[in-house]
Amino acid sequence: MNWLVQPFAYEFMQRGILASVIVGILCAVMGTYVVLRGMAFLGDALAHAILPGIAIAYLLNGSLLVGALIAAIFIALIIGLFSRQGTVKEDTAIGILFAAALSLGIALISSIKTYAVDLSHILFGNVLGVSITDLWLTAGLGLLILLTVVLLYKPFLVISFDPVLAATMRLPAELLRNLMLVLLALTVVVSLQTVGVGLAAAMLVTPAATAYLITRRLTSMMVISAVFGALSSIIGLYLSYYLNIVSGSAIVLTATLFFVLAFLFNSRQGVLRRKINT
Amino acid sequence: MSHTPHRLEVQNVSVGYGDKTVLHELTFNVPHGARVAVVGPNGAGKSTLFKALVGLLPLQAGKIFIHGLPLNAHKDCVAYIPQREEVDWRFPVTVRDVVMMGRYDRQGWFNRTSLEDKQIVEKSLEQMGIGSFSRNSISDLSGGQQQRVFLARALAQEPHILLMDEPFTGVDVVTQEATLKLLDDLREAEVTAMISTHDLNLAASKFDLMLLLNHRLIAFGEPAEVLKQENLVMAFGRQLMILPDGTAVVDDCCPPVD
Repeated sequence: MNWLVQPFAYEFMQRGILASVIVGILCAVMGTYVVLRGMAFLGDALAHAILPGIAIAYLLNGSLLVGALIAAIFIALIIGLFSRQGTVKEDTAIGILFAAALSLGIALISSIKTYAVDLSHILFGNVLGVSITDLWLTAGLGLLILLTVVLLYKPFLVISFDPVLAATMRLPAELLRNLMLVLLALTVVVSLQTVGVGLAAAMLVTPAATAYLITRRLTSMMVISAVFGALSSIIGLYLSYYLNIVSGSAIVLTATLFFVLAFLFNSRQGVLRRKINT
Repeated sequence: MSHTPHRLEVQNVSVGYGDKTVLHELTFNVPHGARVAVVGPNGAGKSTLFKALVGLLPLQAGKIFIHGLPLNAHKDCVAYIPQREEVDWRFPVTVRDVVMMGRYDRQGWFNRTSLEDKQIVEKSLEQMGIGSFSRNSISDLSGGQQQRVFLARALAQEPHILLMDEPFTGVDVVTQEATLKLLDDLREAEVTAMISTHDLNLAASKFDLMLLLNHRLIAFGEPAEVLKQENLVMAFGRQLMILPDGTAVVDDCCPPVD
């Protein structure tokens, strides 16, 4: 059993694993709404769009997390504004913002001398560089997001499943939608440390999609998704430690493996399961 | 009926999408507890009328009063059963979950489900004959069963006014019967019901009042009055065929060619 404990001998590994598990759970829970509301593209765009915020924070020697936070909330609200106006289709608006922000971010980062290393950390995460402050910030934000999701379970369920009912019950749908965007943005920011902007979208979508194949209730979808998210993070980090591969990739690949297994073997519509039974 | 207080008053209402007006200057009063069939050709504005009545569409002009109060003063007394295509039936919720949503507004958005809520949901499920699969996922249901889930949810809302958009279109006989039975139960509970339908026979035989629409109000009153030939010609135009014996036949399968 020594191989299980060995990575924990290092303090940075302990912090890394803690942060990864928090991120895995958070992304998975927010991911259920991303999957059910068809916001996968939006999640991906948000992740890339916070790059300029990080770059500016880096140039000013500030906290990357705070920079990303400001950029994410800003972008989320702009997307909300664009799509409400209805002059441009939502996915077009997202596509434009996404590309522009990504370009601006890379332009800013390329002005830094050591940009190749920094860029790869930002794009794919640097789980071993999680500081104590980062960990606290991650945990704090995570708690805030989860609490909001639990507290607003009913309104979020109704605006996602039946917007017409939401309107007849006079729910402030637009406010709730914007709040959901902000929560999504915060989640993406938190996942920056472990999987980076390039892979955050995968952590949002894959565990939730896996849970969607297995369960038929929203609450259990959230719980199962969170379990897969956390497991992927832990297993991924072990793989990263022993195979010496980038942590973000290892985590996402583990999550994908779970999805493929669920796709093939789930009891509802599993492809292989059906073959075996017939 | 003129001495009973009017419970739903529509005054000079114009409504539509954006700059486009679909319904022009509608005025009518529905007495408390009445059962109204809303009829008219495809695209006449039946769904638009319902959306205006629940506050989904802002009014371009005019006023709507419920129990003498403007529309926004109410939030839980109008229930609306949309056409089934409006929600995603692959959403991971069970039949019971959907019916429970009808209670959310009354129980409070941050409160836990009370015993009373559970009993009302149970009763609504039984009443629509879907109690036996209340734990099933909604993705497993047939079209008629989906409709009955919506009906049960509307019952659980305990509305004063119930609006149903085309509940008789494309459903099985069991669901049609269940819907008609529900209308009888609602009459006992003095719930006002407005139902849009293509079936003029059904409208004439099962409803107290008919509202004939084609972008404006053509006629409103008891079925015998409304179903006069000149009204039908005005509403359906070329879709109407008059047989030699005076019978009017509405060909509603093909949208009019403009």
